[in-house]
Amino acid sequence: MLETIWFLLWGILWAVYFMLDGFDLGLGTLLPFLGKSDTDRRIIYNAMGPFWDGNEVWLITAGGVTFAAFPATYAVLFSSFYTPLMLLLFGLILRGAAFELRGKLEGKRWRSLWDACMTVGSFLPALLLGVAFANIFRGIPLDAEGIYQGDLFTLLNPYGLLGGLLFLFLFLVHGAIWLAVKSDGALQQRAARMAKKLWVPLVAFAVVFLVFSWSETSLYYNYTVMPALFLVPLIAVLALLLVRACLARKDYWKAWFASSLTIVFATLFGVVGLYPNMLISTVNPAYSLTVFNSASSPFTLQIMLVVALIFVPIVIIYQGWVYVYFRHKVKPEDLHGEEAY
Amino acid sequence: MDVLFLSRLQFAVATYFHFLFVPLTLGLSILLAIMQSLHLKTGNEEYRSMAKFWGKLFLINFAIGVVTGITLEFQFGTNWSRYSRYVGDIFGPLLAIEATVAFFLESTFIAVWAFGWKRLSPKAHTVSIWLVALAANVSAFWILIANAWMQSPVGFVMQKGRPVLNDFLAVITQPYAILTILHTLSAAYVVAGFFVMGISAYHILRKQHLSFFTRSFRMGLTFALISSLFVVVEGHMHGADLVHKQPAKLAALEAHWETGKYAPVYMLAIPDEENSRNSIQIGPIPGALSLLAYHSPSAEVKGLRDIPKAERPPVALTFLSFRLMVTLGMLFALLTIVAWFKRNKLESNPLLLKVMLYAIPFPYIACELGWTVTEVGRQPWIVYGLMKTSDAVSPVAASQVGTSLVAFVLVYSLLGLAAFLLMARAARKGPPKSVAGTTAGKGV
Repeated sequence: MLETIWFLLWGILWAVYFMLDGFDLGLGTLLPFLGKSDTDRRIIYNAMGPFWDGNEVWLITAGGVTFAAFPATYAVLFSSFYTPLMLLLFGLILRGAAFELRGKLEGKRWRSLWDACMTVGSFLPALLLGVAFANIFRGIPLDAEGIYQGDLFTLLNPYGLLGGLLFLFLFLVHGAIWLAVKSDGALQQRAARMAKKLWVPLVAFAVVFLVFSWSETSLYYNYTVMPALFLVPLIAVLALLLVRACLARKDYWKAWFASSLTIVFATLFGVVGLYPNMLISTVNPAYSLTVFNSASSPFTLQIMLVVALIFVPIVIIYQGWVYVYFRHKVKPEDLHGEEAY
Repeated sequence: MDVLFLSRLQFAVATYFHFLFVPLTLGLSILLAIMQSLHLKTGNEEYRSMAKFWGKLFLINFAIGVVTGITLEFQFGTNWSRYSRYVGDIFGPLLAIEATVAFFLESTFIAVWAFGWKRLSPKAHTVSIWLVALAANVSAFWILIANAWMQSPVGFVMQKGRPVLNDFLAVITQPYAILTILHTLSAAYVVAGFFVMGISAYHILRKQHLSFFTRSFRMGLTFALISSLFVVVEGHMHGADLVHKQPAKLAALEAHWETGKYAPVYMLAIPDEENSRNSIQIGPIPGALSLLAYHSPSAEVKGLRDIPKAERPPVALTFLSFRLMVTLGMLFALLTIVAWFKRNKLESNPLLLKVMLYAIPFPYIACELGWTVTEVGRQPWIVYGLMKTSDAVSPVAASQVGTSLVAFVLVYSLLGLAAFLLMARAARKGPPKSVAGTTAGKGV
């Protein structure tokens, strides 16, 4: 029971991480396409300014919870995905540094250097997180010892790449909408146009992914056993349609919430289908890591549950407060202050 | 080169580099919070300008600290997966709790603080920097508890060949952990104090912004004085505790080979690990090691020769790092005491100011030496007495680790260089002119 609760919390943590960091990874990738002038680009940086660091902690927590609740999965997953995780890490390092360092000097070359770091450093994690999760859904070649029998290219199979593109476009749309929320005038219009334009391939990738998941994975098994669960992907699909409707009505906040809902339920679609597996072995199902054979002791899970039940709501309250407090649009005159990026 | 060696090297690179930024975050956040509280209390605008100026340096430092911190959490899984699987039940929750309880708070409120100079009321703004300071230090608390458990594993039972948690309170309250936390935090405060004193000294020497930097210098001095005196006393307790927890490390610290009563400390020694002796040892102080370890000169202290060769840490590196760290620690205490007596006539002591300026890197070096003592001195164990480092490494290819190691060295060097140059630039520039004007006015 405790293992199942933690599996659900684990899935929710990742979903919330994708929802939050998703928009700043997406917006970071779009930086050169949306930010035509230095002022535009600074508005884009500052639109993510008070949020990106807090968002990224959800990744640290999701990683930490994987380690704490399912150590065997953490160990096998992180060492099997060595190269993609390193690429993701370098991406996050460069983009994190870009936020703080870019504005410190005026030079044009200095700034374009950091802009490049922001773009690449946002693109890589967005894509690789998708590749990683698609491979988790699909399974990877693990031997009896839990040792990965493949390399980077094993992970870059068509389904894995499709997952990468799906995540990338989910985040791109999510990020473009966030800029529409946080900016004004021409930049806002450019962002909204971009969101609408990218929404079309996103729908295509989503459809293909849902179909391919049928043939490539056993995700649908749980759904056929308990059809009520189909509500989860249904919400994701409806929310994705709602995104477009809200964009048409220029209701950007609602579009962003709809997009958040899409990301959360798209993630949960996979998580629900995965249960009780955590890392499927394509060599032999008996070698798979499951919620039960990879979990920590009940005592550890209990202690963590107490901590999580007390502190996660507190985190949600103060992070929610930050989103409300800094909800204003970033205007060119806001950039004069020393505190702006 | 094998995976084990490359992984250890990569972990060392990532950790040493990360810890160049951590101590300043821990200490300077507290100083910033004090500055802003003083501003609230006295209404003196100079305190607010101080928080702004030091805050700029703080943010650059903070950013690099944050981005290099993620590496450490990831590395346990990517490079030390056998370790992670083995200790997950105890070590994992400590990391997860750190993120949930502290790191969220720190990362959220650092942004509120950085973007809130105008938007927040001065009171709320001061609260946000106190939250950052609190969260940073609580964060260190949890991470150091995790490290202390690797040094001195407690609160577990063995089940199916791996340690399983059975006493959480024992893990978070064991003396070894408390001593580690006090030692690391106070050392970090020494770094921050010397950092503030050094940069202030630079400007006082140039007779710029005198009131502003004299005030800053004195704040840094008070902080560094208390911390450096504390770290010396506490460091001794920490060392003495080793005799029970890690006798091999203690023996390596002093290059002590022969088990015996009245164990000496040598003024100068050069360990010869091949032959299990010191090739040179000069100036023994009889009984000093027994006294330090057991508070009795006649106590028997176990020597390295009574520890199997395969279970000895690298003696020369541990010994040398320890000696240097202790020497530096004593110097910091001495320097801050001297500075304390000259604190009211700083301008007329250019030599002291120059020494303080050039002293900035040394507390950093002492911190890194301290970690070398802790981590190298624990070898060959990754979890003392339970798991060897050689059994902990991931089943990944050496080429993978080699590639990522090269990438870390490259990226970190460039990041470190950029951060250093930007901080040096901001430090040299000093506070904005308008502030200088008002403070000069007040000075007259």
